[in-house]
Amino acid sequence: MSLYAMQKFLFALNRDTEVQRRYAEGGDTRATLLGAYDFNEEEREAIDKGDIGKLYVLGCNGQLLMHFAPLLGIAWADYLEAMREGVRKYGPVRAGIYAMTTGTDEKVAGV
Amino acid sequence: MSLVFAGVCSHAPGITGRAHLADSAVKDEFHAQFHRFGEAMRAAKPDAVIVVAAEHFANFFMNNMPTYAIGMADSYEGPIEDPKWLGIEKTKVPGDAALSQRLIREVMQTVDVAYAEEWKFDHGIMVPLHFLTPKFDTRVIPVNINCQGPPLTPLHRAWAFGEALRRACDKAPERIALVGTGGISHWPATPDSGKVNAEWDAEFMRRWCANDREALLSQADYNDEATYREAGQGGFEIRTFLSVAAAARGKGHILHMKAIPIFAVTCTAATMSIE
Repeated sequence: MSLYAMQKFLFALNRDTEVQRRYAEGGDTRATLLGAYDFNEEEREAIDKGDIGKLYVLGCNGQLLMHFAPLLGIAWADYLEAMREGVRKYGPVRAGIYAMTTGTDEKVAGV
Repeated sequence: MSLVFAGVCSHAPGITGRAHLADSAVKDEFHAQFHRFGEAMRAAKPDAVIVVAAEHFANFFMNNMPTYAIGMADSYEGPIEDPKWLGIEKTKVPGDAALSQRLIREVMQTVDVAYAEEWKFDHGIMVPLHFLTPKFDTRVIPVNINCQGPPLTPLHRAWAFGEALRRACDKAPERIALVGTGGISHWPATPDSGKVNAEWDAEFMRRWCANDREALLSQADYNDEATYREAGQGGFEIRTFLSVAAAARGKGHILHMKAIPIFAVTCTAATMSIE
């Protein structure tokens, strides 16, 4: 159920400017926003920190994650590297359909 | 009038958003062919363009995921993505609610379809429109086949959906173009981004160009497990190509089919004759 909640939050964040504003404001505003979702502590922290690597390992759909990264100001090459680093640090993707099939030192697209 | 143009193309966000990171000659060749695809479509003088896209959670989520959905509004907004990231400015795209309603009513004769009077376009529609209708001045009928959240529609149902779209177009007085966007093999939005399966792509497009229904719907070759293994999660989007083949009934002609890793996909543009 928690993966579902994370993905539902990213769905709302990616398409709703008011959710984006509340997330960007941080502090209590962000805490209240995130408090409305049924995350466990690991997930809440990953969302709060914008930890792309952890979110990828937790199984967030790549299409949702790919849109989250630009909102955080993360460039494409850094987005790809953040996911590789996530797998190095936390191990293989645990859920979802976006499991990694290349090595953590591979740069298929050259970046 | 009926269907006056049919084709398929890629829609990966990198095509516009990361154009500056690609080898310029490779990028220019693809963009030229994509523009040529748009010119061919506009030469058919369509009154409206049906874009059968694989939507990426811009509108629909797993609390109520429609297998098939058709937009039914007089205008749409897009892109939902950051304009600088996608390389396409936010704009309002004209729709045609009345035409949509007529199409939906006819499609419903054989295929259950959801409709949406509110729809935000993501890169799945905005990237193709950037090349097809660069002034965003042609009426668009957005169509989505769920290719994101399994369970996914069986391939033969995507084919039947294309047949239903064709019947609906045949009953409309307007001149209608049909464009499918998605696939072919790719592993988008992951560390695997840039990986493709060129042999799988070539064989799929050979079957698509031949409009070989039996081969395209092969359960041995294109069941979800095999597609995921051979063509990645992006391969699920072949459903949009199948619908176009079913609607057009003709033969395909490839304008471009070459992997551009920084765009994360085998960059494809192909037209199909209408029979």
